[in-house]
Amino acid sequence: MTRGRNGSAAPQLDLDAVVLDPGTRIVVCCGSGGVGKTTTAAAIGLRAAEAGRTVVVLTIDPARRLAQSMGLTQLDNTPREVAGVDPAKGGELHAMMLDMKRTFDEIVSAHSTPERAEQIFANPFYQSLSSSFAGTQEYMAMEKLSQLRALDEWDLIVVDTPPSRSALDFLDAPKRLGRFLDGRMLRLLLAPARTGGRAYLKVVSASFGLFTRVLTRIIGTDVLRDLSAFVGALETMFGGFRERAQTTYELLKTPGTAFVVVAAPEPAALREASYFVDRLSAESMPLAGMVLNRMRSSGAPKLSAERAEVAADALDESGTHELTAAVLRVHAARARLAAGDRRMRDRFTSAHPEVPIAEVPALSRDVHDLDSLRRIGTAMAG
Amino acid sequence: MVTGKGGTGKTTAAAALALALAAGGRRTLVVEVEGRQGLAQLFDTPPLPYEERRIASAPGGGEVRALAVDVEEALLEYLAMFYNLRSAGRALRRMGAVDFATTIAPGMRDVLLTGKVKEAVTRTRQGHRVYDAVVLDAPPTGRITRFLNVTAEVAGLAKVGPIKTQSDGVMAVLRSPQTAVHVVTLLEEMPVQETVDAVTELRAAHLPVGSVIVNMTRPPLLPEPVLAAGRIDTAELRAGLAAAGLDAKLAPALATEAVEHAERWQVEDDNRGTLTGLDLPTIELPFLAGPVDLGGLYELAELLRPEEVAA
Repeated sequence: MTRGRNGSAAPQLDLDAVVLDPGTRIVVCCGSGGVGKTTTAAAIGLRAAEAGRTVVVLTIDPARRLAQSMGLTQLDNTPREVAGVDPAKGGELHAMMLDMKRTFDEIVSAHSTPERAEQIFANPFYQSLSSSFAGTQEYMAMEKLSQLRALDEWDLIVVDTPPSRSALDFLDAPKRLGRFLDGRMLRLLLAPARTGGRAYLKVVSASFGLFTRVLTRIIGTDVLRDLSAFVGALETMFGGFRERAQTTYELLKTPGTAFVVVAAPEPAALREASYFVDRLSAESMPLAGMVLNRMRSSGAPKLSAERAEVAADALDESGTHELTAAVLRVHAARARLAAGDRRMRDRFTSAHPEVPIAEVPALSRDVHDLDSLRRIGTAMAG
Repeated sequence: MVTGKGGTGKTTAAAALALALAAGGRRTLVVEVEGRQGLAQLFDTPPLPYEERRIASAPGGGEVRALAVDVEEALLEYLAMFYNLRSAGRALRRMGAVDFATTIAPGMRDVLLTGKVKEAVTRTRQGHRVYDAVVLDAPPTGRITRFLNVTAEVAGLAKVGPIKTQSDGVMAVLRSPQTAVHVVTLLEEMPVQETVDAVTELRAAHLPVGSVIVNMTRPPLLPEPVLAAGRIDTAELRAGLAAAGLDAKLAPALATEAVEHAERWQVEDDNRGTLTGLDLPTIELPFLAGPVDLGGLYELAELLRPEEVAA
């Protein structure tokens, strides 16, 4: 296997081999927040489209100007074709932003009668759960992914994962939500409604009595009634939620899926990347490799920071060539940052020598046009 | 309250602020609520339990304590304190009820977390405040307003009753002049945009915004005219390199680096201008090479003195 450039001991990630392979149907970009996941997903999508594939990119929470560069101006849950993509090879790029609440509403509508769906939508607990539960975004991203896959209109689906604290949330949250909606507590709450209250209470004993007593005292009877009504209305969908989460989870294990871990050369980001790599391997999920964004490098790697500084000091002392001295200090600072980035990368590689890496150089400006995305795509391709 | 986009160093800023506010014999508490143990990593201590622990002493005899709030523990404590329901609380936890309650109503979770902060702020012993200041390493900018606006969060769930009463009490403290929400940012486009958005939202929710803390700033290394022009005289550079005994062929590569440095400085300056438009006190903290340690925190704390931060 070829080794990476820039003195890296890691194998070079050949992203083209992964995303242009007709067998690859889903690419999942994951990593901790703020490492450039959305940009990476968009760049992968664009590169695959311009190589002739029909691609859809599912983004979760893109930066405004990046979204605009792909023509995404609204959260409407519908893939739209991105203008400005080179059609020479017959490919197309579509993009969409996830609307978590709408996706949740769609599931509810699909699994209940119109009257019941109305009841659910109006319940304050549903509103709270569908718009702010910490796992809802992850669940809905998975749900949308499996819907897009089922439509089978695209050669490749590129998914950006929600900006969660931990990269692992993407894998765990859907199951947690599924388990929760299917859970024992909900059944307990539901029980009196189903069996006519009092008769049931006698049977289940003290624990449920205690539960209602405490809840009534803390949250009041109104809240408890809303909660019961919500649980009752959702009951028909319990099995559905868990089953769907499981189906998508299995889909991610199939050979048509490739995970790309996105990171930046920072301790926290690489720590998350490391957890994620271990986890994917434990779950036998297919890891393509890591995209390491924002790698700083120097155009004059042979001139060390120390030597540049010594020379700058000497020029300053002689009182001549002020500009050259300043430029040498710019180089010294940059050479130090670049060395630091390489050290971070090498530490990751010594713990995970098998993970191929594609490095993307740091850019002085944020990415907001297709040309920049194209350049990133080229850098990732190696 | 210290918020900021992920990656801007808000935990570092919160810890440095707690140190700064403890100077001169005062006592502060720094609280984290997201279960990441960022404070323990920063102060190089074992993971923090749900218990206030001394983690550093401040210049002049003050001390900083730290607390990692766990939602379940906070709920059990709340049940014990206000309802005398300690054992019932434990039974409920075994049934998964606590997890259930905080999952189905995320607003309840935030009321518990901010409620714990309020409790620490208002706690007294023998007629004196236990803490001179409490610093919260708060959720990131994207969630901060919702997190602090607890009354609005539970309004849909509980119009009367104990939760409502509790959230009103917390809200009164959060909206009072005792509170300041500081926003940590970098001079990069996305963090600055999120800072502007967060300040707008906080103001709309009548939450008191404190200062903007610009983290990891680096001084420009080139003379002002070169920064402004974004061009380098390569002939002059070649001559200078030769005079310094270096290979003049390095000139184009070094010139490119210098131009990129000037470009980055321009972008940073534009972002600085956007932040100035917020009309808030702004403090710049320097970039520290390598991982931040206790020495680095003291260095940053020097710059976050109360009179600078408007805290």
